[in-house]
Amino acid sequence: MFEYYLNLFITAVFVENIALAYFLGMCTFLAISKNVKAAGGLGMAVIAVLTITVPINNFIYMNFLKPGALAWMGIPNSDLEFVGLITYIGIIAAVIQILEMLLDKYVPALYNALGSFLPLITVNCAILGASLFMVERSYTFTESIVYGFGAGAGWALAILALAGVRERLKYADIPEGLQGLGITFITVGLMCFAFMSFGGIIL
Amino acid sequence: MSKAREVLLNPIFNDNPIALQILGICSALAVTTNLYPTLLMCLALTSVLCLSNLFVSIIRNHIPTNVRMIVQITLIASLVVLVDEVLKAYDYETSKTIGVFVALIVTNCIVMGRAEAYAMQNGPWLSFLDGLGNGLGYSLILIIVATIRELFGSGTLFGYEILILTQNGGWYLGNNYMVLSSSSFILIGLFIWFLRSWKVEQIEEPEFQVARNNLETKEAGTRV
Repeated sequence: MFEYYLNLFITAVFVENIALAYFLGMCTFLAISKNVKAAGGLGMAVIAVLTITVPINNFIYMNFLKPGALAWMGIPNSDLEFVGLITYIGIIAAVIQILEMLLDKYVPALYNALGSFLPLITVNCAILGASLFMVERSYTFTESIVYGFGAGAGWALAILALAGVRERLKYADIPEGLQGLGITFITVGLMCFAFMSFGGIIL
Repeated sequence: MSKAREVLLNPIFNDNPIALQILGICSALAVTTNLYPTLLMCLALTSVLCLSNLFVSIIRNHIPTNVRMIVQITLIASLVVLVDEVLKAYDYETSKTIGVFVALIVTNCIVMGRAEAYAMQNGPWLSFLDGLGNGLGYSLILIIVATIRELFGSGTLFGYEILILTQNGGWYLGNNYMVLSSSSFILIGLFIWFLRSWKVEQIEEPEFQVARNNLETKEAGTRV
């Protein structure tokens, strides 16, 4: 059993890396990767939010939205899948808002480190994307916790790697038109290519 | 140039959402393997963008500032559900391959970004045009990338054979890298290079100047 979850985790981090294999959360990925410190903060925030929202959305999907899920309420023929999208994004926005308030009240040090990144994450497609993948692959509740954490860790790993490369890239002599965004795109392209070598790893 | 024309045409080359504003990149990469799904994706995004800008602009004076994000995102999500259902009704096969990415228009930062940056301050007509212009700027890059990838990757355009592949008895050996999604990063990077060589004012200032290895100054004993 443990091996199964470990395999799911490794797959989510390396093989199906949410940034470099599915290209989710790219806008923040490219915009906030200029230095390792900011990238680390953002990575932590993404891990936290994904580990919380994916299981919650899984719970909601299993008990309310899935075809026939409302049987416990006496409505066996229900199918609420079409409101899934609005529900997930609503829950994500709410969780982030609550997380922000809780951190502000109880862990001010962590709030200062993550604070400015949390609102940004609401519109990060990695978060919504992970919930959609969870539904598509019909994970169970425990699987969704592992998957949420793994997807977050994979995204954090990718942005740390890119930030490390970009800090070095500052000192390189790059053609004028490629400076900044252009060379970053090409770097990410090569990183994606490198990550493809993880394809097919099964524990 | 009149104001409306400027709002419509500016985002295409001068202020391109992908190449300059770093908005909406996620979907730009994964759907561009073939031209047809790309066109559908552009259509979906442009219509959501126009309508969300229009509606946000209409109700902009009635939204309380501290809940504006939630109001905007609910509005956008409803529009995306609408577009998704229409797509499923008319082209179910394609909707299965790009379905996740259509759903992800909700969190596409072009839509939120333009609603926040433009539609909250401007009237409905101009906001609608701004949405259309940004949608076109996005579509331009996606269509260029998809054309190159489909033509050189599988030798077809819209599924019609242009370059006949060797496995079909032709002369063209398909470039397998173009079929992989990571090639679109390289293509967009090169497109940005091309665009910035033409529109020089978009070049970013380097953070760190590399010292020239200049023989004359070395001989003179001075360091740059």
